Amino acid sequence: MVDLIVSIWIALPLVIQIGLKIGAIVLPLLAMVAYYTLAERKVIAYMHVRVGPNRVGPKGLLQPIADAVKLMFKEMIIPTNADRYLFIIAPILALVPALGAWAVIPFTENLILTDINASLLYVLALTSMGVYGVVVAGWASNSKYAFLGAMRSAAQIVAYEIAMGFALVGVLMAAGSLNLREIVMAQQGGIHQWYVLPLFPLFMVYLISGVAETNRAPFDVAEGESEIVAGFHVDYSGMGFAVFFLAEYANMILISALTVILFLGGWYPPLPFAPFTWIPDIGWFFIKLSMVAFLFLWFRATFPRYRYDQIMRLGWKVFIPVTLIWIVVIGVARFYTPIGHWFA
Amino acid sequence: MTEIRNYTMNFGPQHPAAHGVLRLIMEMDGEVVERIDPHIGLLHRATEKLAESKPYNHSIGYMDRLDYVSMMCNEHAYVLAIEKLLGVQVPTRAQYIRVMFSEITRIRNHLLWIAAHGLDIGAMAVFLYAFREREDLCDVYEATSGARLHAAYFRPGGVYRDLPEKMPRYASSKVHSDDEIRAKNMNREGSVLDFIESFVERFPACVDEYENLLTDNRIWKQRTVDIAVVSPERALQLGFTGPMLRGSGFAWDLRRKQPYEVYPELKFDIPVGVTGDCYDRYLVRMEEMRQSNHIIKQCVNWLKDNPGPVMLDDHKLTPPSRENMKDDMESLIHHFKLFTEGYSTPPGQVYQAVEAPKGEFGIYIISDGANKPYRLKVRAPGFAHLAALDEMARGHMLSDVVAIIGTQDIVFGEVDR
Repeated sequence: MVDLIVSIWIALPLVIQIGLKIGAIVLPLLAMVAYYTLAERKVIAYMHVRVGPNRVGPKGLLQPIADAVKLMFKEMIIPTNADRYLFIIAPILALVPALGAWAVIPFTENLILTDINASLLYVLALTSMGVYGVVVAGWASNSKYAFLGAMRSAAQIVAYEIAMGFALVGVLMAAGSLNLREIVMAQQGGIHQWYVLPLFPLFMVYLISGVAETNRAPFDVAEGESEIVAGFHVDYSGMGFAVFFLAEYANMILISALTVILFLGGWYPPLPFAPFTWIPDIGWFFIKLSMVAFLFLWFRATFPRYRYDQIMRLGWKVFIPVTLIWIVVIGVARFYTPIGHWFA
Repeated sequence: MTEIRNYTMNFGPQHPAAHGVLRLIMEMDGEVVERIDPHIGLLHRATEKLAESKPYNHSIGYMDRLDYVSMMCNEHAYVLAIEKLLGVQVPTRAQYIRVMFSEITRIRNHLLWIAAHGLDIGAMAVFLYAFREREDLCDVYEATSGARLHAAYFRPGGVYRDLPEKMPRYASSKVHSDDEIRAKNMNREGSVLDFIESFVERFPACVDEYENLLTDNRIWKQRTVDIAVVSPERALQLGFTGPMLRGSGFAWDLRRKQPYEVYPELKFDIPVGVTGDCYDRYLVRMEEMRQSNHIIKQCVNWLKDNPGPVMLDDHKLTPPSRENMKDDMESLIHHFKLFTEGYSTPPGQVYQAVEAPKGEFGIYIISDGANKPYRLKVRAPGFAHLAALDEMARGHMLSDVVAIIGTQDIVFGEVDR
């Protein structure tokens, strides 16, 4: 039976093989996004002494499906003065990088779509593409609110991209590789080997920059619900809006996955012996991912929103210096102190 | 090279942070506000003119709808003005009930304010925390007056009826189990006063909870400290009253400076701010909730010990009992006259202000001796505050405008009237 499946698989043309593999990643990912929105609404509701959605399906479990159906059948309004083509391209520009980056994410040691040798650079390049969707949307809408949102988003992402990049440099130095799989494998051997401990300041910077990068509360000035209403996507409706929504949540899951890979030991259990090893590798990966993803929701339920200039100050004056100093600390500690092996 | 110019931006009236129907025309230099032009009048309902065409009693309901989040305080100013004009003295128990409900209203107003202000700045959690407590106060309103918002409970000569002996309870349903219903009905076993007392016991801890979320929150402080600073002198010149004036450090409270009802007998403090920024006004309002709670507690204790009439016995001014009407000719005539023609006031003019949650809410009546006012003018605190929006917001950023609208606690019912 297994032999038969393997032989059929090998007989398939390469294009179809790749297509199936992509489908196997993207479809569960979209389902995850859908249920992440439900989880968000439920988690925030319980934090706010509410109940959250509980009408559609048992315990509200079909709510994301209902939302998707509703958005699909809504008319997508294109404002008269908008730039038609850019207006339609923008949501796609936002979604594609958010999904494309998953191509190099190692779920376990062998479960990767493409194991390229500089996958970290690839991820960095793709995630910074996402901002074009936002900027183009803000420009194409031809609305002052959307334009303000786009400007805020552009400035914010430039600032935090740098902090994030420097945080990654620390990981690179410690792991000595640009390959995500090898970065995880360098953290093998239990929780004390995970980079979250030696690189703790970088971990914090990366996590917070990740929140800022995905335009989530308390850094959601690009959407700025109470000032610029919905910011860059204020003029979008129907599927255009839904695609932005998908992109935002896919990005959140992506940042969670990257945090797990870079700092939390990827698919490795916290301690490499019996009760912990009963859970399969991929299980550990998703457990950790859910915990980081939960943080995003927790932040949103708790914190007020930063002001635009305060975000800039935090990015440029706090995070970038912190990362720069810690990179030096890593370098010195690695070669001139007895605990150097810990940083490798 | 083209010249770089400021651009104008339209804010509202359909805007989540506009607190109703505020419309702002903003001149912006990038994110920085250069000038704000508030447009009002979108909720104008001609309350003053309507009141001039109706007997005095008929306008109490309009007063509820002025500042529709501090209903009974508006009624309070109106009935006090009429009583002043008529020169009547209200029974003490009615005065205590009025003061108690004024303070309940103040807490309700401030709860809604902290909810909306928090949401404007992005702190979503406070919203429903505050609404949880507000719900109980709505129930108190409903139990006593029959309406959760627009009570029409204060009447010239007293209050519509005494506090009920029974607090309504939740009935079991298929959504809630019996245990849940029992837990919900725990503090509803006794009278309305018992329910208020249990609320008063519980409430300070709730205020602590809101303060936990906000007071020491770094982001909250960054968003409110040093935003829209108003000096005490300038606050006076701009006609600020209430928490807006006290936030600037000027201890002005009509409950102390021009006492009415039984306020002189009650103990409470007037919180004042130091710098006059949004954060100080926030702290002042939080403390006012605690002080109001303290006043309610004193009123509850007094009301429990002192039963008595809550309405004047002068049936030219107050309706006779329904029972008497059935077999007493005099009562029937009184009833008919009161509800058709009303009562006439002596000619003259009167101004009566109360310390409403938002500031000095005043009613000015000119009477020509008829059964309706010749002219009625409402002095709404929000109007003066909104007029200062331009000065307060100048040089701040777009996000701060939202924080400033929140700190002003604007309600359009009273601004537009």
